[in-house]
Amino acid sequence: MTTSLTDCVLALYEEHHELEEYQSGMPRWCNGCGDNAILTAVQRLCRDAELRPEKTVFVSGIGCSSRFPHYMKTYGFHSIHGRALPIAEGVKLARPDLHVFVNTGDGDCCSIGAAHWIHAIRYNMNMTVILHDNQIYGLTKKQASPTSPLGTRSNTTPRGSYLEALNPLTVTLGVQNVSFVAQVVDWIPDLVFDVLSAAYRHQGFSFVRVIQRCPEFQPGLHEIAMREPNRVQVLTHPRGLQLDPSLERVYKNRLEHDPSDLSRARDIASSTDAIPVGILYWNPEVPRYEQIRAPSQLRTPDKIRAGLEAELDKYTIWPDGPTATT
Amino acid sequence: MKNLPTHHDSRIATVLDEHVIEIVSDSGEGAQRCGQSLAAIAARMGNGIWTVEIIPAEIQPPARSVAGASGNRVRIGARRIESGGDEADLVVAFNEQVLLGRVRAGELKHGARILLEGMWREHPDPRIAASYAAAVDELAAAGYRVIEIPMERECRTLVGDPRKGKNMFALGILCNIYSLDLQLARDQIALIFRKKAASVIESNVTLVEAGHAWAETHLDFKFRIPAERVTTPQIVVNGNTAAALGVLASGMEICAMYPITPATSASHYLSEVFEKVGGIVHQAEDELAACAFAIGASYAGKCAITITSGPGYSLKQEALGLAVMAEIPLVVLNVQRGGPSTGQPTKTEQGDLLATVFGSHGDAPKVVMATSTIEDCFYAIITARKIAETFNMVVVVLSDANLATAQQPFARPQFSETWLAPPVDQSPIPPGAKPYDWDPVTGIARRFIPGQPGGMHTITGLAHDRNSRVAYDPVINAEGLRHRSLKLAALQRTLVPPTVHGGDTGDLLVIGWGSTKGVIEEAVDRLRGEGLAVSSMHLRFLQPMAGGIKEIMARFPRVMTIEQNWSDTLEDGVIDDSNRRYSALAMMLRARYLVDVDCWSEVRGQPLKPGRLCEVIRGRLPGRQQKEVAS
Repeated sequence: MTTSLTDCVLALYEEHHELEEYQSGMPRWCNGCGDNAILTAVQRLCRDAELRPEKTVFVSGIGCSSRFPHYMKTYGFHSIHGRALPIAEGVKLARPDLHVFVNTGDGDCCSIGAAHWIHAIRYNMNMTVILHDNQIYGLTKKQASPTSPLGTRSNTTPRGSYLEALNPLTVTLGVQNVSFVAQVVDWIPDLVFDVLSAAYRHQGFSFVRVIQRCPEFQPGLHEIAMREPNRVQVLTHPRGLQLDPSLERVYKNRLEHDPSDLSRARDIASSTDAIPVGILYWNPEVPRYEQIRAPSQLRTPDKIRAGLEAELDKYTIWPDGPTATT
Repeated sequence: MKNLPTHHDSRIATVLDEHVIEIVSDSGEGAQRCGQSLAAIAARMGNGIWTVEIIPAEIQPPARSVAGASGNRVRIGARRIESGGDEADLVVAFNEQVLLGRVRAGELKHGARILLEGMWREHPDPRIAASYAAAVDELAAAGYRVIEIPMERECRTLVGDPRKGKNMFALGILCNIYSLDLQLARDQIALIFRKKAASVIESNVTLVEAGHAWAETHLDFKFRIPAERVTTPQIVVNGNTAAALGVLASGMEICAMYPITPATSASHYLSEVFEKVGGIVHQAEDELAACAFAIGASYAGKCAITITSGPGYSLKQEALGLAVMAEIPLVVLNVQRGGPSTGQPTKTEQGDLLATVFGSHGDAPKVVMATSTIEDCFYAIITARKIAETFNMVVVVLSDANLATAQQPFARPQFSETWLAPPVDQSPIPPGAKPYDWDPVTGIARRFIPGQPGGMHTITGLAHDRNSRVAYDPVINAEGLRHRSLKLAALQRTLVPPTVHGGDTGDLLVIGWGSTKGVIEEAVDRLRGEGLAVSSMHLRFLQPMAGGIKEIMARFPRVMTIEQNWSDTLEDGVIDDSNRRYSALAMMLRARYLVDVDCWSEVRGQPLKPGRLCEVIRGRLPGRQQKEVAS
C-alpha cells in the first residue's frame, strides 16, 4: 500500500480526537469510587495531548483499578495479578513508538508485583504509571493491603491490621534511577489532571500515586482530609505544579518545593502531618532503558543474514581444510 | 616414577572404530576446554564426535574431591556419532580423587587406560601422597592400566603457572595418542584464544607441542580412528549455542530471561551476538517478569522468546496461561534439568514433559516440541517462532542439560529469508473486523497489533467474546475454549507422521523423545545387528502428536518408551498394575491411543548409554522374558 504525500500531511493534522473517541463502555466501578476520577482525567489528558488511540496502550494487572483499559478506546492489556509492569516494559522495548500507561492497584503494585515495581523504577522506561491506591483489596472483597493503615478492620484482619502501612512514595524515592514521583488525591479532579499531564510529559518512568476513596470497603477513610483542606499540602514550584487561583483559595496549606531536590522529596514523602499533593521529584536526565538498549543497527534481512553467517563462520569446518576458517 | 613406560622408537597406531575419552580435573583446571578442543580437532579431521560435559554442581567444589570432577567426555568415531556412547576407554585425570569419582560412578570400561598426573606421589602432605599411592594400587589391582605422567613438572619448564597450562599439555598428549594433526590443534588454539594476546596463543601452542612430544617419547601405544574429511561445511557447537543461533536465524528480536542452569549459556551467547543484528537480551528481575516481558513484546508485534529451565518454567506457568488465553504468540525454551524443586541443576532429565503439556491451570493448550539433536536445537527455534505466529500460540521447546552442553557437528545451515518474522503489521483494520474472529475450522483469529488503526481493543486474561469483551456467559466461555483447542488440531493436520528407525514391523517398538534419539537408535542398531527385531520411533512434537503414531504402534506386539524421568518399577513390592506410575510419554501414549505402552526410565542425571539400553531392551523381548522368569 502506498500513501500519497497529501495523505501524509492530512494525517498529520488529523490527530485531534474528541473525548468520546477515547471512551469505551460504561465503567462498572462503584459509585464514588476514585477510579472514575482517574478515568476522566486520563481521557482528558489523551485528548489534550492528542494521543492517537491506536498508538496508545494501557496495561493493567488485576484488581478494581486494572479494569481501567476496558474503558479506554485505545489498545489495552488487562493482564494478570502483579505483572502489568514487566508486560508494559516488553511493549515499550519492542515498540518505543507507542504511548504506554500502566494502571495498577496497591495490591497489584505494592504486594504481589512489588519486585517488578522496584525494578521498573530502575529501568526508567518512558511510561506513565498510575498507582490507584485505595488502601484495601476491593475486587476480592475487603482484605487489608500493604497500604492499609494500621488497625484496618477487614475480612482477613477482623481485629484490625497488624502492620504499619507501606509508604509507596518513600519506597519509590528510595530506588536508584527514580525520575518522576507525584501524588494526588482523587477528590481534587483538576489536580489529578494536572499531575497526570506532567507525568505524561516526563520522558521516563512517571510514578503517580493517586490516593483514592473506596466507599464500599474503606468508607470515611479520607473524610477528614476532604472536609479540612489543610490536611492536604499542595507542593508548588515554577518547575512543578502551579495551582489554579480557584484552588489556591481552598488549599492554603502550600509548600514551595523544588522537585529536583531528592532529599527534600524524601522528607516530604515521609511526613505524616498532611497529605503531600503535587510533584515530589522530577529528574529528566535519568537515562531510559529503551534508549540504552536501542539497537544501533537497523534490522534488515541482509543484516540478520550477515550476522548469522559471521557467527556460523566461527564454528565451521570447511571441506577444503581448516585454513579456510577465519 | 613408577609405571612409567620405557621409550619406544616406532609406535604403530592401532586402528579403532571409536573411542570414548574422558578428561577430568578439579574445577578451573581447564579439563573442559581440553575435551572440547580435542573434539573440535577430531571433528576437523573428519571424525564423528559427541561431547558430554562433566560438571560439578558448585562453582568451586573442594579441590581433590570425588564429587568435584569437572571435565569432558569425548566420543570420537570413524563414522557419525549420535550419542555419548558407553563407558570410557581412556581417561586423563589431574588427580586421583576426581578419577575415583568417575570410577565409582561406573563411567570407566574395565581395563581402561588412565593417564594420571603423578605429582601427588611426592606431595609434601603425607596423607595426600598416601591416598594417591593407595588409589593407584587399587586401580591397578582392579585391572585398569594406570600411566603416571609428571604433567605439572613438564609444564613448569614452559610456563609460570603450570596449573593453568596442564590442560593444553594433556591435549598434546591426546593428539599424539589419537594421531591427530598437530596443525589442526594449533588452528583450534588460535580460534579459542582469538580474543587474547598473541603471546597467549603462542604459549598454549608450546604446551600442546610439548605434550605431543612427551607422548611420542614415553608412551608405548598409539591409536588411529579413521576419518574422512567433510564434503560439506559442518558446524561444531553445543545445543545451547545452536538454539541461540536459531533465535538469531528466526528473526526474533527480543529474548527475555533470568539466569538459570543449565539454560543460561544460551543467553550468554545470545547476549554476545544478538545486538549485532539488532536484537536485545533482557535480563529481567525474575522468571515471572522475563515471561511477562516477552509476552508484552510479542503483544506489541515482535514475537519474543524466553529461555529457562525447570524451576523457572514453573514460575512462568501463570503468565503462559495468560498468553494462551489472550492468544499471544510466544516461544519458550526449557532446557530441562533434574527435578523436582532445585533438583540437580547441572544434570540431565526429561522430567518436565507433563508440566509443559498440561501446565498452567485450566485448559491451556500449548504446542510442545522436543529437540533430539544439536542440529535440531537450531531448527526447532525457527519452527517454533513460525508456529507461534501462525497460530498465535505458546510454543515450548524442550531441550535438556545433555543437549545443552553436548557437541556434535551438523551441516552448516543455509540461511533462508523465509525463516524470518514478517515486519510488524501496522495496516488499518477493516471496519467490522473483530480481534478474536475465530475461524470455525482452525480456531485461528487474525491478531490486531497495537498501532493498527481501527483495531483498538483490550485483551484480557478473563474469558472473552470475539470482540475481546469480558464475558461470563457460559456459551461464550465454551466457545473460547473450543477455538483455542481447535488450533492444536489444525496444527496436527500439518504434521508429518514420525518415521520408524529399523524395520517397519518387529517384536518391539521403542519410543523416545528429546535428547535420547541418538542413544536409542544406536542401541536399536546394535540389537538389529544381533538379529533382534527391534525398531524405534522418536517424537518431535509432543503436543499435538502427529498422525500415524497409533498405526505404527499397531505393527508391533510390544511397545515401550525409554525416558529420563521417573517411573515406578514392579520390582518395588508395593508397586503393581493398579498403582504403577509410568514415564511421562508412556502415560500420554497410553491415554491417547489406548495401547498398553510399557516404559523404562532412568534418572541418574547422566546421558543414557547404548550398552545399558541394549540390556534393557533384550530383557523386554519375547523368550528373554521367559528366560528371566525361569532363572
